[in-house]
Amino acid sequence: MEVSNLVSNLAILVLAGFVGYAVISKVPNTLHTPLMSGTNAIHGIVVLGGIVLLVLGAAEGFVNHLLLFIAVVFGTINVIGGFLVTDRMLEMFKTKPKDQAEAGDNA
Amino acid sequence: MLASFVTDPNFRAVLYIISFSLFIYGLSGLTGPKTAVRGNRLAALGMAIAVIATFLYDEVNNIPLIVAGVVVGTVIGVPAAKMVKMTAMPQMVALFNGVGGGAVALIAWVEFRESGGYAHVPTYVAIFSLFSAIVGSVSFWGSNIAFAKLQELIDGRPRTLGPLQIPVNAGLILAAVGLAAAIVAGSHNELLIILLLIAAALFGNLLVLPIGGADMPVVISLLNAFTGLAAAAAGVALDNTALIVAGMLVGCSGTILTQQMAQAMNRSIGSIIAGGFGGGGSAAASADTSGGTVRATSAADAAIQMAYARQVIVVPGYGMAVSQAQHAVREMTKLLEEKGVTVKFAIHPVAGRMPGHMNVLLAEADVPYDQLKEMDEINGEFGRTDVSLVIGANDVTNPDARNKPDSPIYGMPILNVDESQSIIVLKRSMSAGYAGIDNPLFTNPKTSMLFGDAKQSVENIIEELKAL
Repeated sequence: MEVSNLVSNLAILVLAGFVGYAVISKVPNTLHTPLMSGTNAIHGIVVLGGIVLLVLGAAEGFVNHLLLFIAVVFGTINVIGGFLVTDRMLEMFKTKPKDQAEAGDNA
Repeated sequence: MLASFVTDPNFRAVLYIISFSLFIYGLSGLTGPKTAVRGNRLAALGMAIAVIATFLYDEVNNIPLIVAGVVVGTVIGVPAAKMVKMTAMPQMVALFNGVGGGAVALIAWVEFRESGGYAHVPTYVAIFSLFSAIVGSVSFWGSNIAFAKLQELIDGRPRTLGPLQIPVNAGLILAAVGLAAAIVAGSHNELLIILLLIAAALFGNLLVLPIGGADMPVVISLLNAFTGLAAAAAGVALDNTALIVAGMLVGCSGTILTQQMAQAMNRSIGSIIAGGFGGGGSAAASADTSGGTVRATSAADAAIQMAYARQVIVVPGYGMAVSQAQHAVREMTKLLEEKGVTVKFAIHPVAGRMPGHMNVLLAEADVPYDQLKEMDEINGEFGRTDVSLVIGANDVTNPDARNKPDSPIYGMPILNVDESQSIIVLKRSMSAGYAGIDNPLFTNPKTSMLFGDAKQSVENIIEELKAL
């Protein structure tokens, strides 16, 4: 039972790797910084690890709670900070109508 | 009825599937500037769904503690993300990456504690958990050093242990892996995992300390991939599909990015990790002056040269970022365009401190996306260009990379700025770039140097252009 669970998780792991490769290898150079920042936000999903251990009450006691509390704080910073920073960067790439007109004039 | 439905493990699994589908779809949106904003927001939505799903158990504990953690994280993260200057973006990404790695390592530590040193769990759980502990700790400490270096809290120059560097690093990694093996083999003493985390922490420090500024983006990208892999491993240990998929996506993207960046600099990831350019300090120390003569110019001359050119190519570099000159540069290009000059921007893949760094800054200053040209696209045009204006870029314009086989950067693709009719270089002083080597472009007879802070120099040129 445990082994089959491991194997199905490994299958997901391998497939996710290939999906990541296929999706991400098409990103143009210019979007690499936002991409790095965006993927950085996504691995903030580790916050789930901290939350699930606390929700299940799997690890009680002061030290465990302290470590998981810090983990949740860290994970939240990673997620929220990551997405906001990426959003700010990407907003700047949005073409503003004003600029389109200007670009037309210059062309 | 409803309660039992939402707390059904299958319902949670379905929510996780929705959430990682949104991650994948969102990331594919990041492939184009038009869909990128939506892509990022879809990924954020996926994250919100995954977090909510994680609370859907029959019995939930410790809610106040979790809420407190999320609130504290938000109070720290939101202002940091809102207030950081665009020029400081690379170190912010490093910091966010670091705390993610730290979270993984802490979670692994708690797993060790609550399972009596992995006594009550299958062996594979111990292996994946310990992997995430090591990699998470390396990522946390490595990212913090990267942050401190870029923020100039510590000296950005490469620092190495000399010939001991590689043996010490190898020893630390072997120690961490050895401790992990001892734990898997059945030692349940908590001291072992603490020592493991410390060995990985020391390794993380020593990994990044020898790396000079120019290589830093590659390292941040590498650490980003590390954190992703650590998250995926933690996902296997916790049997959480959302963690596995999201972590693996990041692990792969980070690896691809790292390779692309290293390729753009003609460096292998191995040689970057092994230490700074030319072994560090010695090359940098002797770099200041070379035989050739340097010709200084004035803002007025530079303005006249450009105003009467047909085509000007602007080559921005890190110097533009540090002096926040992007808005002034935009104003200058507008003035030039009003005079009928064609202005293009040549963006080297590693200009600044991250790929795309220059694009972000110039986009912030409203430079149209289609004026920004990538290296391969623009390199053929320098021969037809009257003036190239190099703003705080150095190594990416160094002709030695093409001509001098014994140069440390030989073979790195560069912008062929030296092919244009004339070159104006804005630079603070005659100091060397991050690679710490001479740039013969500066002593080229076609080159004139305009010394001073980039923003101030560009503003002076603007005044002169207005007066023309």
